[in-house]
Amino acid sequence: MTSLADGDWHRLHPASPVLRGGIFVFALLGFVIANLRERFVDVVFGIPRQSGDPLDEIYERGAVGWALLAAAAILIVILIAFTVSWRMHTFRVSDESVEVRSGILFRSHRQARLDRIQGVNIVRPLIPRLFGAAKLEVSVAGQDANVQLAYLGSALADGLRRDILQLASGARQPRPAAGESVPETPLPVGEATLFPAGTIPAESESAAHAGRRRAMNDYASSRVGEFLAPELDPDAAPPESVVRIPVLRLIGSIVFSGFTVFVFVAIVALIVSVIVGGSEWLLIAIFPGLIASVGYYVSRFTKSLRYSIAGTSDGVRVGFGLLTTSNETLPPGRIHAVGVTQPLAWRPFGWWQISINKAGHSTNDGAAGQAATTVLPVGSLADVAKVLELILPGFALDEQRVLIQHGLTSRGGDDGFRNAPRRAAWLRPFSWRRTGYAVSAGAVLLRRGVLSRELLLVPLARLQSVGINQGPVRRRLRLATARLHTVTGPVTATLGVIDAGEAARLLETVTAGAVASAESDTSHHWSRTSQGPAPTPRPASPVGPTATEVTS
Amino acid sequence: MAEQPVPDYPRSNPTESVAPVGARLDLPEAGEWKRVSPKYVMVEIVGTVVFLLIVCAAAGALWLLLDQVWAAWAGGLIALITLVSLAFEPRRVRSIGYQLRADDLLFRRGIMYQRFVSVPYGRMQLVDITRGPVARLLGLADLKFVTAAASSGVAIPGLAEADADALRDRLVELAESRRAGL
Repeated sequence: MTSLADGDWHRLHPASPVLRGGIFVFALLGFVIANLRERFVDVVFGIPRQSGDPLDEIYERGAVGWALLAAAAILIVILIAFTVSWRMHTFRVSDESVEVRSGILFRSHRQARLDRIQGVNIVRPLIPRLFGAAKLEVSVAGQDANVQLAYLGSALADGLRRDILQLASGARQPRPAAGESVPETPLPVGEATLFPAGTIPAESESAAHAGRRRAMNDYASSRVGEFLAPELDPDAAPPESVVRIPVLRLIGSIVFSGFTVFVFVAIVALIVSVIVGGSEWLLIAIFPGLIASVGYYVSRFTKSLRYSIAGTSDGVRVGFGLLTTSNETLPPGRIHAVGVTQPLAWRPFGWWQISINKAGHSTNDGAAGQAATTVLPVGSLADVAKVLELILPGFALDEQRVLIQHGLTSRGGDDGFRNAPRRAAWLRPFSWRRTGYAVSAGAVLLRRGVLSRELLLVPLARLQSVGINQGPVRRRLRLATARLHTVTGPVTATLGVIDAGEAARLLETVTAGAVASAESDTSHHWSRTSQGPAPTPRPASPVGPTATEVTS
Repeated sequence: MAEQPVPDYPRSNPTESVAPVGARLDLPEAGEWKRVSPKYVMVEIVGTVVFLLIVCAAAGALWLLLDQVWAAWAGGLIALITLVSLAFEPRRVRSIGYQLRADDLLFRRGIMYQRFVSVPYGRMQLVDITRGPVARLLGLADLKFVTAAASSGVAIPGLAEADADALRDRLVELAESRRAGL
């Protein structure tokens, strides 16, 4: 266990105010460089300047002293503000919760309970990543309820995530005796967040210089090492549980998307307008858009590179990114619904996409700029089976594999699904054979769609409620609509047509299954059952807060 | 609470008697439904009448002040549809029903567009009781059962205030004994 998860207050990476204010710092630098461009050219290349810049102006007016004073004052103010904000921004990880206190004038105190954690996300934007810093985000259910630790040392962030997940899983280790000390004390860890404990050189005065240089070299090489390290730590997950996306398939999936159709139409319009002639305005209107779309393709591509999904002992890890990397761990039982879809254009290639509904939402985008709810941007049938096994425990058996296979590709018939009757063809002329449901291994499977095929899976333990509807048209046809209510997300578990009697049966069986699964569900402390005989205690208050924030 | 059990309104089904093709949605295993207070019809009627007045005022203003003749036709049409639906109001209120079963709350409403929802007690996040101005005059309250899913939408309107409070306490008690995580 690292020193950070010991129940004491700790500080973030000393550079975090700069990194968090990143864009402004760089805008300021850009402003300065833009104004002094010619001077830089003069200094570096020896090309004499043509015109004056602000520095000359100051010099000519004899205001050098004032200018220096003003610059010094601004620097000192910024430095003090950053230092104070860094000193006031502290966090604490205890057995019960993760807490962050921040702010100078407006203090805020945010707390997330560990047994309500929905996911832990580590994001390394390009520039903090160059400095070896990472952002750790603990998501809990609810809008804007996440606790962010921005920024931490890269290695420390990985260690802290491991500890948080371990504490949350209920597999508690005995706390170190030092952890009992008083909180609120001035901490020795300010440095430790930059250098892991023990790497700070403590030589005598004579060797200090050499030691410092060595430390610099170590620092540089460790930065390079971190930057080039594989996105997924090979120790974290067994290799057979890892799903990756080949680059060609990734390119293909981006090319065969709805956006391409749009671009294609635009190009056709452009060509037609050129042939017909006389309408330059269309060229002016469309051409910049086409150039921008190239940028869109490139950014989607780089964001989804190095994609990996792996099963770890603390849940599924989804990682991606070439320059800005992100990887999120979803503990078991945090996935409320799963949707496997295949757009028509992907059908010749046999590609599928998996998206999920979850209660906690990271503030960071997912791969390809999509919402972070896409777990598998593109994958083959085998990849889909593997990912479903990872995110829905209990789907590793042959029976479920067959069911998934049928759910994805079967054209209907007697294949384990309860399908809609023939009269549903009035409403679903193509897909009625395929529209049906099945209950297996603690999950409901809904199958629908024939042009764009879909299979939706809802774990019974996470199901909130079940509804069946019937309007006048469906009443004439003795049909109904069934809907499984889950938390909001991209997956809407609805069956458009189902026999009216079957709908009533679905309501009864699925509700009974949901009640039974919830009773046997222990995923809020997912490791505890395997760790000891202690029964899982229910959270004390049924409607207790998942996160609290006090701003004063 | 006016809770004389109604055996699922068998007579209120004209389609079935006329054409056996149609089949109303029904839960054969469900027990007796509890109904909401008949006084709730008044709340609905007042709401509809207010809506009617607003439509008439808007249409009238457009017609008389701005000389827009189409507004009169549109307003008249909306008013006619609203008046017809007003006649069905008692039936619609009678169709609202709920029952507390062993492990779940079952809720139904609607005649033309029927809807049945079953929520396991353990999924409850909170119970909300609201009282509108008209409902307060009649001593009624609305109870809303909120889960983590926005689409659950279980709202039982028109309960007598004492019944609403008692039902809330009962639901909280049941939810606590069957607590599940999110």
